[in-house]
Amino acid sequence: MTIKIDVDMTKCQHYGQCVFEAPDVFRLNADDKLEYTAEADDSELANIEAAIDVCPMQAIFIVK
Amino acid sequence: MTKPVIIVGASMGGLRAAEALRRFGYAGPITVIGEERHAPYNRPPLSKEVLAAEVSHEAVAFPQRESTADVNWVLGTGVERADLEHGTVTDSKGETHAYGTLIIATGLRPKRLEVQNSELTGRHAVRTLDDAIGLRKELKPGARVVVLGAGFIGCEVAATARKLGCEVTVVAPGSHPITRPLGVELAKELQRRHEAMGVRFVMKTSVTDLVGTTAVEGIVLDTGDIIFCDVLIEAIGSHTNTEWLEGNDLDLTNGVLTDNDMRAVKANGEAWPNVFAIGDVARFANPLFDAEPRRVEHWNIPTDTAKRVAQVFTGQAEGQFAPIPSFWSDQYDMHILAYGLLALADEVKLIAGELQGECVFGYYREGKMVGVCGIGMRTTVMGYRKEFELK
Ligand SMILES: Cc1cc2nc3c(=O)[nH]c(=O)nc-3n(C[C@H](O)[C@H](O)[C@H](O)COP(=O)(O)OP(=O)(O)OC[C@H]3O[C@@H](n4cnc5c(N)ncnc54)[C@H](O)[C@@H]3O)c2cc1C
Ligand code: SF4
Repeated sequence: MTIKIDVDMTKCQHYGQCVFEAPDVFRLNADDKLEYTAEADDSELANIEAAIDVCPMQAIFIVK
Repeated sequence: MTKPVIIVGASMGGLRAAEALRRFGYAGPITVIGEERHAPYNRPPLSKEVLAAEVSHEAVAFPQRESTADVNWVLGTGVERADLEHGTVTDSKGETHAYGTLIIATGLRPKRLEVQNSELTGRHAVRTLDDAIGLRKELKPGARVVVLGAGFIGCEVAATARKLGCEVTVVAPGSHPITRPLGVELAKELQRRHEAMGVRFVMKTSVTDLVGTTAVEGIVLDTGDIIFCDVLIEAIGSHTNTEWLEGNDLDLTNGVLTDNDMRAVKANGEAWPNVFAIGDVARFANPLFDAEPRRVEHWNIPTDTAKRVAQVFTGQAEGQFAPIPSFWSDQYDMHILAYGLLALADEVKLIAGELQGECVFGYYREGKMVGVCGIGMRTTVMGYRKEFELK
């Protein structure tokens, strides 16, 4: 099973806090902009939930 | 029947505590009692993007997780007293609730200006959603706004009011905005950027009285000058919400003193086995820095302290608790990001970029880095985060 992730890019301010919690899913590119993998393995769930918690803009969602 | 975990305060700390207890495997009853009528919501946007757009609960509410669906939320109800010896709290409706474990998450409330004329209307503070809803209505283009206090919240509200077309004056006792903890050089630059956007600063000044008959029409300064205004925003610091705990064996000097497991500490230094404090109201030592207990009013602290409590409560805590303080602030197109405790520094220096553009400052105490703060240059700032990990 995989988890679908959505980041509301109108809210995201590219603070990169999510990167520390789920580095395999979120990263900042060379321009300091967020890049993410829209589908992750179930084993990433705990990390993704942690990323959701620490996102200052509350911009990360799991798509059901 | 097992006595519930009772969490007092239904904001970020309260929510994160309930979530973390479930995540670490506690399946028993949880009751959260909170004074505000709203389910937990995120405060930072109340001085920033949400205040600039439309303030509603929907825009700031934290998502509710399935894991906490069975939590008993008692909202719109303040707790008036606690009896830690007998394990009870009594709410504003006169109901007494017995707990097995108590988690204190009552945070802060804004300090208000105390002058003779203080019953005038038109005075605002920004802490709650209802505060922001009330303020938003008055931030009309052309409105003359005075912001008292030049800390983070004062500066953010000033920037937002300016964005909305208000005429904004910041009045504060310090020499520059946010000098503590940013340091003079960055503080001066921040002021320059605000001024370039049309905000006026009247610094090294305090307010002695208000002008007006029913609504506030101006402020009187200690210099005797008067600044006329339509809206007064008071961002002059905060008080800890601990009155309800008075009379118990606790150290309530500036918040609730806790040990490294976030357990509230008695006068003799021993910890209460079943009473914890988290978030803005907790005063605890962080081994990343030293043994001095401090309150840390940063957004990551409710989440980190709640997690520690859940780990301790379920017997899964390991090692020392040493959260890395982190904060951000948005003012105009400036994105400020920081890690550490900048205020501890005895030396501040520019370590990357240019002061007038994007830049990063390092904060050092006795030569050791205690903080890093950047305007922009996030990847660089984030690169320093590992400097703060417990070695
Ligand atoms: C306008 C604003 C902007 C901010 N911006 C940033 C930012 O950009 N970056 C950052 O890092 N941090 C920011 N912060 C700080 C951050 O929001 C706080 O650190 C965080 O809200 C603390 O959460 P808490 O749950 O500990 O306390 P609080 O959010 O203060 O919650 C305490 C709750 O307890 C309730 N309560 C109090 N007394 C009682 C009682 N006796 N009985 C029942 N309930 C009670 C209160 O009503 C409140 O709902 C900002 C704060 C504000 C106000
Ligand atoms: S933490 Fe949130 S705001 Fe920051 S980069 Fe990730 S999604 Fe964007």
